[in-house]
Amino acid sequence: MTLQDIIQQLNLTVLTTPVDFASVQPENGYTSDLLSCVMSGAKSRGIWVTLQAHMNIVAVAALLELAAIIITEDAQPDLATIAKANEEGIILLSTAQSSFFVCGKLWEMGLRAG
Amino acid sequence: MDTGSSPKERVVTDQDAQNITRVEELAYELKISQVMTREIRSLTPDMNMGDVLDIFRSQRVSGAPVLVNGELAGILSIEDIIRALRAVDLASPVSKYMSSQVMTIHDYDPVIEALKVFVKSNYGRLPVVDENNKLVGIITKGDITRGLLNALQHVYHEEEVIRYRASHLFEDIISDRTSLILRYRIKHGDFTHGGNASANIKRALLRLGANPQIARRCGIAIYEAEMNLIIHTNNGGTIRVEIEPHQISLEAYDDGPGIPNIQLAMQPGYSTASEEVREKGFGAGMGLVNIKRCVDDMRLESSTISGTNLRLKIFLREKDAFADVSQQGKETKK
Repeated sequence: MTLQDIIQQLNLTVLTTPVDFASVQPENGYTSDLLSCVMSGAKSRGIWVTLQAHMNIVAVAALLELAAIIITEDAQPDLATIAKANEEGIILLSTAQSSFFVCGKLWEMGLRAG
Repeated sequence: MDTGSSPKERVVTDQDAQNITRVEELAYELKISQVMTREIRSLTPDMNMGDVLDIFRSQRVSGAPVLVNGELAGILSIEDIIRALRAVDLASPVSKYMSSQVMTIHDYDPVIEALKVFVKSNYGRLPVVDENNKLVGIITKGDITRGLLNALQHVYHEEEVIRYRASHLFEDIISDRTSLILRYRIKHGDFTHGGNASANIKRALLRLGANPQIARRCGIAIYEAEMNLIIHTNNGGTIRVEIEPHQISLEAYDDGPGIPNIQLAMQPGYSTASEEVREKGFGAGMGLVNIKRCVDDMRLESSTISGTNLRLKIFLREKDAFADVSQQGKETKK
């Protein structure tokens, strides 16, 4: 499953500069809104589902080398956060759906906790 | 999907911005004398336009300065030849068609000065003079492009060398005990820059050739320490990283308010973070727990008088060491 499939099936909005999503293959998923939990729980090259949208999610994702962040419930990162994500090579996606819904869909598609 | 019609327009990435800035910097750093063409074919006012046409064609130039006794008297460009051609007037002298009000530029000026002239005027070339106003060359937009490209290539090459050098740092420098110390000042409440120090430290470790797993563990530990300084201190604090071939020592210290009960602070889930900070996703009470998980040795000292001092160590096994540890004199352990 590629990030392209995920973006299509979940109808996600791409916030950062588009890259070749078909070449990104997320290996696992994780969800939490507490950054320290993400720090200890998320695996590299995974997808992180959260409703946090501020600057520090990019720092966390960059340190953990995550594939992408799906920001839920239409939480909007500011432009500085998006610019920082572009700089760090972190893909930011957003959706109006809840974290629970997104995780359920990802699981259905075959993504596991890792 | 709305990637195409997304209202978020393409943001100029920092990489782009960095490249632009580098070219701009170079335009200020490079001198006209470094990019100009020195061997110039000059003309005299009495030459006829037909001969000049032949010169331009054979030398593949589109303009040349006109000199009288070595002094700059004008400039003639291909446009002037076109005017003469149109008037079927190739037998006329250069003096009839040249522009005699010539703008010049000094060889010691930075390239940016020529760029400014090119942007403001429709000139295609500028004669370059030295401090005595003697003609020493000519500069075109093409010269500038070529000069900048050369300089950029040079800079790129230099960076490659730096990266290569960094990964050999510990092997190149011989001492009984070599270490590299990085220091970062962390401001209280500066959430915007939260994670910058840890990202820089991780990058430095990778540049030095660290095992990516170890760089990641350091990154996580320092991130938590960095956020603690941002969230929990009175006046921020300092992060100090000492990199040695066989170990990485991390230290985060501040001048208060101190941790009243370290045992409690070490408990997973315990946090004193404010509601406002928790809303941002901090204050899970997992910071110190995470740090402990990532390092080989952790010492936390705190007093409500002098502040908090956190010292961490990651030991590098032989295969992860930054250099052949056995060569490092005293560092031989096995």
